[in-house]
Amino acid sequence: MKYLHLIWAALFRRKTRTILTLVSILTAFLLFGMLDGVRTSFANVGKSAAGAKRLQTGSKLSFIETLPQSLQARIAQVPGVKDVAYANWFGGAYQDPHNQVFSFAVSPNYIDQYPEVSVTPAERKAFDATRTGVLVGDTLAKKYHWKVGDKLPLQSNIFPNRDGSKNWSFDIAGIIRATKPDDKQFLQGVVLMHWKYFDESNPYNRGQVGWYVTSVADASQSDRVARAIDALSANSDHETKTMTEQAAMASWMKQMGNISFIVVSIMGAVFFTLLLLTGNTMAQAVRERTSELAVLKTIGFSSQAVLGLVLAESVLLVLLGGVIGLGLAAMLGPIMSAGSGGMLNMPPVGAGSWAIGVGLMVAIGLLVGVLPALRAMRLNIVDALAGR
Amino acid sequence: MKTFLRGLTLAIVVLLSIVAWTVLPWPVLLVMAVLFFLWTRFTRIGRQAGSATGVGISTLPQRVGSSSVVVVGIAGVVAVLVSLLAMGVGYRETLSKSGSADTAIVMRGGSASEVSSVLDHASVTAIAEAPGIARDAAGKPIASPELVVAANLPLKDGSGDDGSVQVRGVGDEAWTLRPDVKIVAGRKFKPGLRELVAGKGAQRQFAGLEPGHEIKLGSQTWTVVGIFDSGNALGSELWGDADIIASAYRRGSSRTSVFVRLTDARAFDAFKAALAGDPRLQVDVDTTLHYFSKQSEGFTKVISIIGMIVGGIMGIGAIFGALNTMFAAVAARAREIATLRAIGFRGPPVVVAVMLETMLLAALGGLLGGLIAWALFNGYSASTLAQGTVGSLNFELRVTPALLWTGLKWALAIGFIGGLFPAVRAARLPVTTALRES
Repeated sequence: MKYLHLIWAALFRRKTRTILTLVSILTAFLLFGMLDGVRTSFANVGKSAAGAKRLQTGSKLSFIETLPQSLQARIAQVPGVKDVAYANWFGGAYQDPHNQVFSFAVSPNYIDQYPEVSVTPAERKAFDATRTGVLVGDTLAKKYHWKVGDKLPLQSNIFPNRDGSKNWSFDIAGIIRATKPDDKQFLQGVVLMHWKYFDESNPYNRGQVGWYVTSVADASQSDRVARAIDALSANSDHETKTMTEQAAMASWMKQMGNISFIVVSIMGAVFFTLLLLTGNTMAQAVRERTSELAVLKTIGFSSQAVLGLVLAESVLLVLLGGVIGLGLAAMLGPIMSAGSGGMLNMPPVGAGSWAIGVGLMVAIGLLVGVLPALRAMRLNIVDALAGR
Repeated sequence: MKTFLRGLTLAIVVLLSIVAWTVLPWPVLLVMAVLFFLWTRFTRIGRQAGSATGVGISTLPQRVGSSSVVVVGIAGVVAVLVSLLAMGVGYRETLSKSGSADTAIVMRGGSASEVSSVLDHASVTAIAEAPGIARDAAGKPIASPELVVAANLPLKDGSGDDGSVQVRGVGDEAWTLRPDVKIVAGRKFKPGLRELVAGKGAQRQFAGLEPGHEIKLGSQTWTVVGIFDSGNALGSELWGDADIIASAYRRGSSRTSVFVRLTDARAFDAFKAALAGDPRLQVDVDTTLHYFSKQSEGFTKVISIIGMIVGGIMGIGAIFGALNTMFAAVAARAREIATLRAIGFRGPPVVVAVMLETMLLAALGGLLGGLIAWALFNGYSASTLAQGTVGSLNFELRVTPALLWTGLKWALAIGFIGGLFPAVRAARLPVTTALRES
């Protein structure tokens, strides 16, 4: 530590070069921060404690097939089941038929299965009492300036209304908010309507539900309960497939594409380039200072100390640029999310990303420093001073 | 004040050049390149610039290490950019090749995709009677009522997880309508049996899709009897007899969509008007070309935005890398440059020489990057859940010449910015101090 000023002075011996290199390192870690955020948020989808305690039951044949609503009572009797709700895909669009919003027709207790989000008791009462009432997520409400009490016209691109048109009209009864502030939940971006109203108002549905959401009392019992639920409909014409919400989400994400492969490939290219660039800077820096290093050795610095100095210099260089870059990513993320008005959701840079990032910085610093440092350590004082 | 003004001018020059560079089409750029070449041949200053560049380039081998920073840095940017864009291009081509201007798709009005559409038997019959539909040898209209559903099948990656595949129930007309769909292994399914043919893309994605194998859709057993290839989005589907699939999925006699072959592309308007005027029908009509191209819009846009952002940030990093290298190169050759100036070379040739050298390195990097992207990812197969379908869509990344040109343009732009400032520094070196420097 007592040599910090020495390392610092060496680092900024050539200001232009150091600053240019710093900016390159900065951009690399800025990119790392943003991409690693994306990667981890994809990897963590559904991986909450609540997600492990919720089971999703859908048709075994495919996710577009429906199940009879009568299954609810039978699932509720499976030992270990706390509560069971159901939902249907509504396929709603707002204003423009292509402007789709996530909208589900749900059983009255659907929202109770998600303790991550909540609705004020008054609004909940209003929703339960209004046949055409809907609950809307606060992200959506903010995006489209919806208020409680507004009429909400939606077009369904799947289900016609009783009058044959696809125009449906709802009344906004309440707003769904995350229970923990700053939390981001999927249900903050959906419209929930009464399944009963939906089912009675369209001629196609006829008592069918899209999927069941079952809360289990004990997460360790999830697998057993899932098997018991599937056993209810075995060999019928509507066999089911039940998974924990976690597993279901993971399977969807996997089909979306191999995000982590893409991110890792890009980062590989970025860091390989960075390695070369910083390595070149350090090599130049040491070559330039040959005589100064020789002087250091002459006045009593050991070879190991010189090795340490050069290594510390390169690690410091990468750390400086890297920390600023990651910090910038952490700052820019929320700004970009806010600026895009909910279009883009940049995940924050988590503790995990910081840990991996700092680890990478030190590793890259050591890697690019090692050759110049070895060269500095092996310097022969006489040759170096003579400029040979 | 003077330095500030000079900095401002430089910044404006950079901005203008980048804008011109992105906006101007290649023929204009080619003419500019030819004019530039003539300038280096036939004017005094131009010839000076030519020889100064020659000197710079001849010393390149001595600076392999630092010069390679420019080349590799830019190669990295271009490789990542081109690979990401190749994903978008491959996806778009796969979908747009699925349609043509002389075939049309009819769905229930307001349906976002085939799977959310329902057409009853009467509508299907009415659609087939509309004018403008081509007829086959037997005089029957080439209209193919199809039923699109989805099925869960185990993925091929060995994880045991299920994925979703789109299943299309078709009749004989489907094959007449789409002559590009060919059976490459096994045979077609027989009407009335639980038999399926699988697309090549689906075969790559899901386990057990081999001719002769049995697969389970829900609790029912079906036999895969053949593999078809279409080179487009249909290749990610399973096809079977529409009636059998309808009964397995309890769809009765309804279908999701009707595809028709028009007598020619111009017949579309009349066909559309006829259906719109039919009081029995409430349907949306679109050419398949437009229908499938529209589906690729969202994904292609997202991918190109991601490509631009990632490439842009990496590009900034590469610009600073190039600046670093070229400043060092100019510093190392300060005496040479000063000597040139002392014997009468003017400023512009020196600027041009340094710029040309950087852009040469950049072009090398751009070519290398494009080559890497091409070698690694051209034809690489990827899959995603496509918009408007209910199964995963398998597509191949396509590194096209247009993409390589885009990559090269980016490389040269990076080289231009990275070279300009060191070049100006070189031209402004005070001759006397530079000559004295050791």
